[in-house]
Amino acid sequence: MNDEFTTLAEEFARDPKSLVFLEIGERLRRDGRLEAAVRVALSGLERHPSLAAAHDLYARILVDIGDYDRARQIWTNILVREPRHIGALKGLGYLCFWAKDLDGALDHLELALSVDPTDQSVVQGLKMVREAVTEPVEEPSEDGPRPADRAFRGLDGAGRGLLLVDAHGRVLGGRLDAPLAGEVTEPVAAYLAGAAQEAERSARMLDLGDWRWLVAEAATANLHVSAPDADTLLLVMRDRSVPAGRLARLAERAAEAARTWLEE
Amino acid sequence: MASSRLQEALDRVTVVGGVRGAMLVAAADGIVVAETLMEGVRGSAVAALAASLARRCNLVAETAELGAVRFLHLQAERGTLVVVPAPREVLVVAVGSAEMNVGLARLEMLKVAEVLA
Repeated sequence: MNDEFTTLAEEFARDPKSLVFLEIGERLRRDGRLEAAVRVALSGLERHPSLAAAHDLYARILVDIGDYDRARQIWTNILVREPRHIGALKGLGYLCFWAKDLDGALDHLELALSVDPTDQSVVQGLKMVREAVTEPVEEPSEDGPRPADRAFRGLDGAGRGLLLVDAHGRVLGGRLDAPLAGEVTEPVAAYLAGAAQEAERSARMLDLGDWRWLVAEAATANLHVSAPDADTLLLVMRDRSVPAGRLARLAERAAEAARTWLEE
Repeated sequence: MASSRLQEALDRVTVVGGVRGAMLVAAADGIVVAETLMEGVRGSAVAALAASLARRCNLVAETAELGAVRFLHLQAERGTLVVVPAPREVLVVAVGSAEMNVGLARLEMLKVAEVLA
């Protein structure tokens, strides 16, 4: 992969007007090197200001940075010139979905599917949105909210970004909805226990004392893992616009709520 | 890879308050590639554990389709472990006290990663 990247970079150096910058920028974006990706995209846009693919690349990078408004504007502008541009349709579809605008998400993704019925990311995206559309609205039962909701009742993100699991990776409460993957509660719970065990092992073997929390910043979201008590793990997930300090505060409040709920 | 520029960048990480050691670690097997450690820091153990922790966290992030983990911060009672993935399948790792200036350490670690790019 590095060799391929070097080849691309060499090609770009030989011919700065070539469109290889699109591939380079996308690779940098996927690699999380967003500042470099921005430089490449903007450099490409200088040479190819009317190239929709270059604007599309820049919008995807902006999404990774967390600047959804500018990304939305860029994709909207692309559609003015090219109403069936699949990258812009997909981008706006996902932005609508994250903003809970399911009708908007359906409109954009269905149009994207009509442009390329073989695009698996569109197929999966549409499946996720349609499931969200048909999901029955939960009416409060006589017994009150589900246990999963009771654990974090009243907390910001209770229905989508807070997860309580036991030491074996079994869900105790909460739910996780990921920006692209939809609900990922069960699979994330399964892997979370392994990550926490590794955190505990690392702290112990390096003589750092008890582990307190673990923060992982990924391309589209930040994760905060802690242990409200000896037998449970708490995961708080928020998009990258939420600063680490605020994430830690949210986690503290959620841990307190979890402890109270577990003692009930 | 262990050029003087790289070593200088690693050294700058260890100047940050609370940092007791900084190293480059092969992400795949946790082997130390380069290191600047204070006395008493077990570099090979830090490297192996940091790589393993990074893999576990990447599994969680990949499962949720969140993209690759770009920064990892383990806070413990008496210490801190920070990991920044770099190009060439390498991790930049820093270990230090619980009071480590993580923000500054992160900036210097990103510079190490840039040297590798």
